[in-house]
Amino acid sequence: MSVRRLAEIQPASFAFTPENAAWCDKQIAKYPEHRQASAILSLLWRAQKQHDYWLPKPAIEDVARRLSMPYIRVLEVATFYTMFNLEPVGKYFIQMCGTTPCVLAGSDDIKAVLEKRVGPQRHVTADGLFSWLEVECLGACCNAPMVQINDDYYEDLSAENFNTLLDDLAAGRPVTIGSQTGRRTSEPAGGLTSLLSLYGVDGKSGPECGTHDPNKHYTPTEPEAPKDVTATQEPAPAQPAQARSEQEAKHSVAQPEKTEETGTARTEPSAPKDKA
Amino acid sequence: MTKLIVDGHEVDVPAEFTVLQACEVAGAEIPRFCFHERLSIAGNCRMCLVEVKGGPPKPQASCAINVRDLRPGPNGELPVVSTKSPMVKKAREGVMEFLLINHPLDCPICDQGGECDLQDQAMAYGVDTSRYAENKRAVEDKYIGVMVRTSMNRCIHCTRCVRFTAEVAGTGDMGSIGRGEDMEITTYLETAMYSELQGNVADLCPVGALLPKPYAFKARPWELTKTQSIDVMDALGSAIRVDTRGREVMRILPRVNDDVNEEWISDKTRQVVDGLKTRRLDRPYVRRAGKLEPATWAEAFAAIAAKTNGLAPNRIGAIAGDLASVEDMFALQTLLTSLGSGNLDCRQDGTVLHPKAGRASYLFNASVAGIEQADAILIVGSNPRRESPVLNARIRKRWLRGGFPIGVVGEAVDLTYPYTYLGAGPDTLGDLPSSFTDLWNKAERPLVLIGQGALTRADGAAVLAKAAELAGPMGVWRGLSVLHTAASRVGGLDLGFVPGEGGLTAAAMAAGGALDLLFLLGADEIAIEPGAFTVYIGTHGDRGAARADVVLPGATYTEKSGLYVNTEGRVQLADRANFPPGEAREDWAILRALSDVMGHKLPFDTLSGLRAKLYAAHPHMARLDEIAEGPVADFAALGAGALGREAFVSPITDFYQTNPIARASKVMAEASAVARGQFQQQAAE
Repeated sequence: MSVRRLAEIQPASFAFTPENAAWCDKQIAKYPEHRQASAILSLLWRAQKQHDYWLPKPAIEDVARRLSMPYIRVLEVATFYTMFNLEPVGKYFIQMCGTTPCVLAGSDDIKAVLEKRVGPQRHVTADGLFSWLEVECLGACCNAPMVQINDDYYEDLSAENFNTLLDDLAAGRPVTIGSQTGRRTSEPAGGLTSLLSLYGVDGKSGPECGTHDPNKHYTPTEPEAPKDVTATQEPAPAQPAQARSEQEAKHSVAQPEKTEETGTARTEPSAPKDKA
Repeated sequence: MTKLIVDGHEVDVPAEFTVLQACEVAGAEIPRFCFHERLSIAGNCRMCLVEVKGGPPKPQASCAINVRDLRPGPNGELPVVSTKSPMVKKAREGVMEFLLINHPLDCPICDQGGECDLQDQAMAYGVDTSRYAENKRAVEDKYIGVMVRTSMNRCIHCTRCVRFTAEVAGTGDMGSIGRGEDMEITTYLETAMYSELQGNVADLCPVGALLPKPYAFKARPWELTKTQSIDVMDALGSAIRVDTRGREVMRILPRVNDDVNEEWISDKTRQVVDGLKTRRLDRPYVRRAGKLEPATWAEAFAAIAAKTNGLAPNRIGAIAGDLASVEDMFALQTLLTSLGSGNLDCRQDGTVLHPKAGRASYLFNASVAGIEQADAILIVGSNPRRESPVLNARIRKRWLRGGFPIGVVGEAVDLTYPYTYLGAGPDTLGDLPSSFTDLWNKAERPLVLIGQGALTRADGAAVLAKAAELAGPMGVWRGLSVLHTAASRVGGLDLGFVPGEGGLTAAAMAAGGALDLLFLLGADEIAIEPGAFTVYIGTHGDRGAARADVVLPGATYTEKSGLYVNTEGRVQLADRANFPPGEAREDWAILRALSDVMGHKLPFDTLSGLRAKLYAAHPHMARLDEIAEGPVADFAALGAGALGREAFVSPITDFYQTNPIARASKVMAEASAVARGQFQQQAAE
C-alpha cells in the first residue's frame, strides 16, 4: 500500500442517479437521529459503483453534504479503506491476492501474466478494459491463487487458465465464476477424502451429485474406506436417539443452504456499469 | 470514590477518573503525548503505560483505563498501579523507540526545541542510538492556513489537532488520511483552516509538526522573558503570557484560566504580535499647515495648552477607545472633571448600555464559566464566533453535553454548533415560536446572550429590556448576559466614563462644530468630523491619528501595567512586558504631564498613586480576578421605547481587523484575506 491521494484529473461534478439517491436516503434513514454519519460506507460504496468503480472528489463532497459531515471526515474514510478506488480503474478491475498462501500456490505466475498483459499496477490498459492491484488476503486461501475481478472471485488460477480467462473477458465471452479448474467450492482438489458417507457419491459433493439419504449417518468410530459408498450401509451407530435426531435436524436445515451456496456458477461476468 | 494504591501510596479518587488522573493525584508523573485534559481520549500514543494489578496483566495505557475498571484482589486488596516498575520503564522505552524511528533528528533547527514534549520525554525514556537501519518515513509538508506552519516528518500522530478542531473549535478542519505507515495529518486537500481558534493546534502539538507560522525561526524559548498578562482583542479578557526578548514582543501564548478562556485563545489574540511593532507612533506630532509634523513633547503640550486657554468647559470633550485600560480612562476622566466638562464617553459604537441602569445591566451576568451551568441559551443580535471565539467554544462545549436548546435571533451564520433560527429582528423577540418557548420555559437557568448588534440601535434599550424579561428575574441565577466587543467597555462603564449632566455622547462629540477641543484616548472606531481641535493619545497611525491635530504617542497593552474589566465584570491586571517605542509613554503619564501644562494638575504622580485614588473611588477595582456583583438592573432608567423591525447585524464584519493593533498586523491582514476567500491556496512551504 502506498500513500492514497485523490486522482489528479477529476470530473467536474457528480450526482447520484435518482434511484441511487433514493437508495441513499433509505440507508440514511436506518440510523437514529444524529447518527446519520454511520451510513458513510454504504453511500461511498454506492457512489463508487455508480461512478465506474472509482470515487471522484465531487462524490466525496456529495456524500459529505448528504451526511452533514466535514469533507475531511469523508476523505479520511475514503483514503482509509483500500476498497475505495480513488483513481479510474479498468472495466475489469483485477485485485490479485498477494498474501502468503497465494504466493505459495503460485500467485507470482498470475502476477507475471498481469504485468505482461496489463502493465504495472494502477495502470489502465489503452482499451480501458483492465487494471490491476495487488491486495492483501481476500480469504479464499483454499483456492489459491485467486483474483477478484469487480465483484467476483476467480480461483484455482494458473498462468494458462488465467490467460484464457482474461481473453474471454476481453472478448466478452461468458466466463465461469469461482474455480477455474472445475473444482467445487473449496473442497479437496483431488476429490473428497472425508464425509464420504454423506456426500460425494461421484467424488463431488452436493445432493444433486448422489443419492443422499438423510437417515444414513456417518459413524466416527468406524474406519472409513474412501469412496466406498457401501460404508453408509453400516449398522446404526451407538448414539443416543435424541442426539441423532438433532443431528438429522441440522442436516435437513443445512442442506438447502448448501444447495444455494454451491449452486452452479453464473456465466455472466459482472460488469461494474450494469450494477448501479 | 474509589481507592487504589499508586506506587505504594493509597489514593481515593472519583470512579470516573482515569488511572492517569489517579496517578497524578498520587503525585506520580505520567508521560503522555495524545492525552489532553480538554480533549477526548484517543489512547494511541501508548506513552502513558503503567502496570496494574487488578486489571489486564500487560502494560496498560493509563489514559484509557478507568479507575472503576480495576478489580480488587481475591481478599479485597486494593488495585495496585505501578508507574516506576521495570516493566513500565521497559514498555515506555519501547514506545519511545518506535516513536523515534520515524522522527527526524532536527531538534537544533526545530522551533519546538526546548519546549518539546518528545524531546523532554526522550531524555527520560529514550536511548542514544537507533537500531533502525531502514529508510525513514518521509511526509510532505502541508499548507493548512496562515497561522500554522507544518513540518509533517515530525508528526507522531497523536491526533490532538484533529480532536481539537473537531471537538473544541467545531469546524472539523483537520483529519488523518490514509492509514498505517501512510497516515498523514492534513486539512481537506490542504485548504486553510476555517476556525478562529486554529492557532491553538500549534500549542497542542507535542512535537514540532505544527508550529506558529509567523513565529517561525524567530526565537528560542529559553531566550524569552515571560510576563503574565490579559488580552484586549475582545472583551473576554483571556489570560495570556507575553514572551519578550529584549524590548520586542516575540509571541503571545494562552495561560490556563478555567473561569475565562480555559487554555485557548483566538488567533487574533495570538498572532497580533507583529501589529505591536508596525505603524507605531513613536514621537509626538503636531499639525502645522495641515500636515502632521514631528514635535517635542513640550511643543505638543504647548499647542494643546494654547488651545485650552479660555475655552468654555462644555466645548471640551473626551472619547475613550476600545483598548484603553481602566487607569488611563480614570486619569482622563479626572482631568475632564477638573476642567469642568461632562462630555465623556467610552462608547464609540453608541451602545445604549449605561451605568445608571445598574452594573448588572451591562455585564455578562451568567459568567463565562456559568455557560456550562445554563440549560438553554438565546443569542440575540450577536455572532459570538466573531465577537469572542473562545466564549463561543464554551457555548459549543455546553452544547456537546446535550440537552441545550440554542435559539438565535439575528444573523443566520455558522456558529460551529446547530441552533434553532428564530428570526432576524426585534419583532421576533416578542413573538417567539412555541416550539422554542416550550423548551425555554422549562429551562431553570436560561441564558440570554445579547450582543452589541442589538444594543447599538435606536431601539437598543427596548431590546435590552425585552431580553431581560426573557432571561427572567435576577436571583441567584442571572441569565441576562451582555457580550461586549471592546476590552475597555465594562471598565469605562464601571468608572462612569459616560456623558455627565448635559454632556454629549460620543456620536454628538464626533459631529462637526459640537466641540472645540476633543481628546481621543485610542478612539479609532469613530469618524470625527472636521471642526474640533483633536488630541489623539494612542499607539498606532490609524484613523484617530490621521484626523488628529496633536498626536501623543501612548503605550499598547503589553507596554503598560493596566487593569481591564472583562465582559463578565472580572477585574484583571495586564502586566507590562516591554516598553513603548521611541518617545512614547504610558497613557496615564501623558495625561498627568499634560494636566500640569493645562493648569489642572492631576492629584497623583505615580501609577500606585493613581490606583490608590481609583480604588478609593471604585473599591471593586482592587479585587483582582473577582466579579463584584452589582445590584439588580433597573432597565426603566434607560427609557425603553418601542421595538423596531430592522434586522440585527453583528458589529464585527471582519474578525481579524477590529482594532488599530490588528489593522497594523500583516498576519491579521493575511488571515482576513484568507477568510474572505481571496487568497488562492498556496503550495505548502
